[in-house]
Parts: sequence; C-alpha cells; structure tokens
Amino acid sequence: MKDNAFQDVRTDEQKIRNFNINFGPQHPAAHGVLRLVLELDGEIVERADPHIGLLHRGTEKLMESRTYLQNLPYLDRLDYVAPMNQEHAWCLAIEKLTGIEVPRRAQLIRVLFCEIGRVLNHLLNVTTQAMDVGALTPPLWGFEEREKLMIFYERACGARLHAAYFRPGGVHQDLPPQLIEDIDAWAVDFPRVLDDLNGLLTENRIFKQRNVDIGVVSEQEILDWGFSGVMVRGSGLAWDLRRSQPYECYSEFDFEIPVGKNGDCYDRYLVRMEEMRQSTHIIRQACAKLRKEPGEVLARGKITPPKRSDMKTSMEALIHHFKLYTEGFHVPAGEVYAAVEAPKGEFGVYLVADGTNKPYRAKLRAPGFLHMQAMDHISRGHMLADVAAIIGTLDIVFGEVDR
Amino acid sequence: MDETLKELGALIAAKRPDCVIGWEVAHGELNIDAAPAAIVAFTEFLRSDAGCRFSSLVDITAVDRPERDARFVVVYHFLSMYQNQRIRIRCAVREDEMIPSIVSVHPSANWFEREVFDMFGIVFSGHPDLRRLLTDYGFRGHPLRKDFPTTGYTEVRYDEAQKRVVYEPVKLVQEFRQFDFMSPWEGADYILPGDEKAKA
Repeated sequence: MKDNAFQDVRTDEQKIRNFNINFGPQHPAAHGVLRLVLELDGEIVERADPHIGLLHRGTEKLMESRTYLQNLPYLDRLDYVAPMNQEHAWCLAIEKLTGIEVPRRAQLIRVLFCEIGRVLNHLLNVTTQAMDVGALTPPLWGFEEREKLMIFYERACGARLHAAYFRPGGVHQDLPPQLIEDIDAWAVDFPRVLDDLNGLLTENRIFKQRNVDIGVVSEQEILDWGFSGVMVRGSGLAWDLRRSQPYECYSEFDFEIPVGKNGDCYDRYLVRMEEMRQSTHIIRQACAKLRKEPGEVLARGKITPPKRSDMKTSMEALIHHFKLYTEGFHVPAGEVYAAVEAPKGEFGVYLVADGTNKPYRAKLRAPGFLHMQAMDHISRGHMLADVAAIIGTLDIVFGEVDR
Repeated sequence: MDETLKELGALIAAKRPDCVIGWEVAHGELNIDAAPAAIVAFTEFLRSDAGCRFSSLVDITAVDRPERDARFVVVYHFLSMYQNQRIRIRCAVREDEMIPSIVSVHPSANWFEREVFDMFGIVFSGHPDLRRLLTDYGFRGHPLRKDFPTTGYTEVRYDEAQKRVVYEPVKLVQEFRQFDFMSPWEGADYILPGDEKAKA
C-alpha cells in the first residue's frame, strides 16, 4: 500500500487496512507480563503473536550450577500460584533416579498439599477470569479462601508461598495434629464458598455471554497443540495423570474426573469448579488417613538429613548433615522424565544426571507454555474482548511459561 | 511395564530400521536413538501407526555435551493418551548440522524448536518462523550451551542522563563463586597444593 493512500479522492472510497495493537506487557488481563501483538480487522482478531520471555530468569541455566537441594526452591517460583505441585515433580524425578521409596505418611502429606495447591490455583483462575469478563465480587470471595489455604502452607513449612516443603525422600517436617484438624474443618466448610461462587457465576447472563462458545477446543486440536490438564478435560477427554499414570498414592483415593462437553471457556470454568469439589473430597480423605497413620515423613538415607536427636550424639550424623547441606547428595547418572498433574496440566521435569551433586541438565516442561503457544490458533476469528476471556481460561502464569 | 516397553521398542525398531539407531529401556522409560535426517518421517510414523499412536508432543529440548563429536542431543518426548505410553527420542546433532523441523507433523513443536534454537543455537530446517523466543530482543549467544557463562555478558540499567535503558558489559562486584565440594578422594581432578612436588 502506498503512503497516505487511505482515501481515494476521485471515488471517495476508503481503503481499509488491518490494525495492529500491543496487548500488554502491562495489562491486567494478560495475567502477567505478556506482550501480545494483535492484528485486528475491525474488532476481529486476524493474528495473535505472543511475545513471551519478559519474565525469563534463566532457571534452567541456574539449576546447572547448583546442587539438587538448592534447586528445589526454584521450582516454587515457576507456577507461583500452586508452588508445591512443581516441587513434587522435581522430587519425583530425583526419587526415580535414586530409587528411593517415600514413606507412607510423607506420600499422604504430599497428596494433601498437592490438592490444596490445586484449589489455590483454580480459585485464582476461576475468579480472576470472571474479573476479566466483568465480575468484581468473585476474586474478593475467592482470595479470602486462598488466604486461609496459604496460612495452612505457612503452618506446615513457614512460608506462605515459596514453600520448599517437599524434599527428595519425603517432606521436610511432619504436620502438627491441630493443623490436620483445621484443614479438615476448612474442607468441610469450603463447598459452601463454592456454592456461593456458583450462585454468582454459573447462571449469570453476562458471564455466560462472555464464555459460552468462546475458544472452542476439539480433540484434534488437543493433540496438535499438546494440551494437557483442564484444556483436555474441558473438551470431554477424561485424561488425568493422577488416574492414568498414578504417582504417590493417588490410586487409593476416591475421586472423580470431571469432563466438559463442548470444550469452550464455559466448560473449562465448570470443570475447574468441579475439580475443586473433588480436591476437597481428596483433602478430607487424606486428613482421615493422616490421623490414623503416624510415622516417618523422610526416607532415612544419604539424600535426607539425619534426625536432629541423632546429631546431638553421633559424630557420623553430624558429618552427614554438614556434607548434605554443603556438598549435597549425588544422583547416579541417567536421564528420567517425571510428570505430575499440576493444576494447569502436565508439569514435567526432564532430568539428566551425570553422577555428581549437580544436575547436568534440567528441562522444566510447563503446561502453560503449550497453551500460550496455541493462543494464535484459538483466538483467531474471535473478537478483541474475547482474547481476555481466552487467556483467562488457558490458565497462564508467566513464571512457568518463561522460566 | 518394562516388558510392554521392550515389546514396543522391538516393534518400532523392526518396523522402522531406517530411522532407529538403537533403543533401550531405562528407569521404566523407553529411549530410542534416531537418525536426525529421518526425524520427520519417524514422528509421522509414531503418530499414525496403530501400535504406537504417539499423538501428543510433550516436549522438545536439547542437551549440550561439548566433549562429544556430535555436540548436541535433541530430545523429543511423546505421549500416547490412547495407549497410555511415553517415549523418548534422542537425536545426536553436530554443531554445524541442521535438524529437520517437525512442525508439519506436530504444530506444537513450533515454540519448542524456537526455544531450542534460542538456547542452544541448533537450527531447525523448514521451521516457519525461527525467531528467538525467551531471551531479550537483540540478544546474542545461546545461554544453555555449556560454554556460556551463567552471569552472561551484558547487563541492563536505566540511564538517568540518556533517559533510556542501556546495555553494558557485565561488571561483578564479587567474582561469581562456584564452590567445589567434591571430595579430593572421589574424582576431583584438580591438583592439591603441594602435590606437584611429589612427582619431582
């Protein structure tokens, strides 16, 4: 197109050209630092080019020069909405390579906190997505519950967010009995809050207008774009790693896997709401089991610290403790891929060990990365306002996309 | 579990001897070493063959091994939601070599390949849009290569006089510390002070 040729003087016809806008990097509906270059025809999105990496911290490079234990807190900082689920994948990868059996009670605590993480994540996602499409109350109600859950995090490990609670070989410390009671009491009460949110959103006319039939994902698209988690289940495929490739002791818990029908934003919302109910169900079962089954929470051995009481009397225990926290433990050479069903989808760790105390290479496979990638495909042909609704249900957190 | 994986590995090796260089089952996972030149045909086979149906691409990454002749290992992870199986494909690539892009088979490979290009400098031939993905606009070098320093080469700051962000060579107040905790009895390769006199 020639310069200044938008108007043809003789015929008085206007030549239309597509309009490019920058969505973000500082946009509240971008859920973080996303720069989305949108090419618009009127209000219709013709092309979306996400520019990611604005939160890139070089986690994988940093991990190569730190010991396995020092690397654990980096995993918290990936998906900072549900930190313990990421730690879990890291611990599973190390345990797979070293062949360590996690004690029963530690497994139960891990399941308990993974499900708390799932509720934390879905609460944030559902309510802020509702805010993106115009509802102001849900985030206020949702964050109240998140606050309670983060206090449980704090009581278990001392940190509200960056927990570093799951350790290779178990969990850092046992839970106090009162905490188990309080979590159980919370889980009894929580469905009431879900009913409230349900009443606000599910049949809300505006919410439905903004979400129904928006961002429809078919089975073929799931395979082509490598979706996982709610993005798969929202479209009717009952794929959940907790069921299909069970890890820890998920196989003995009784829970259902909700699936959607149409694969649109609204179905994904419904699936997340139901998953929260199922998670509360698992939390209650885990609490019941934890009450009955006391025991060790760390597999005793080379990769875990000695007991505090042993360190008072045994020189070897003291040396072990010192060596563990300076040199760190060695992991036998080999490569493994360990995946967990994180709230956002399949979170995986591909670990290449060379027999030293540091990982040779660690690749963190984040579900949000693939979901973000499909943004161009899903939002094409939608209105500009739908972009915010779609980003919301893709469930993107830039900590894990950019790493 | 291991038995089915072994069967699967043998089946794939028998059906596609042109692509498979070797295979093994380790830590309950199936690894296949494949020829880089045939990777597109091989992934297409894995996706469509009724016995495999590895229709989801999970991950593409690379490992840098500077001591080897073929420096990089490009690693593909695939998942079959139908067979409930996982598979890992490894391709050895030399530094001056290209590897064909599998975007035509799995559209989701797009960003993974961009990331590998960004981080390792491995070029994927036939990729529709091989730009950098995670690093800064105008970034130089490939950070995940083992010869790239963890501190990087440049740092940014806001310059009050020029009213813009400026790039400068990285200045460290303290040397980047890389502690060596390896015990001298277990394979540390440095010479302890005084040891050199023992030979003379």
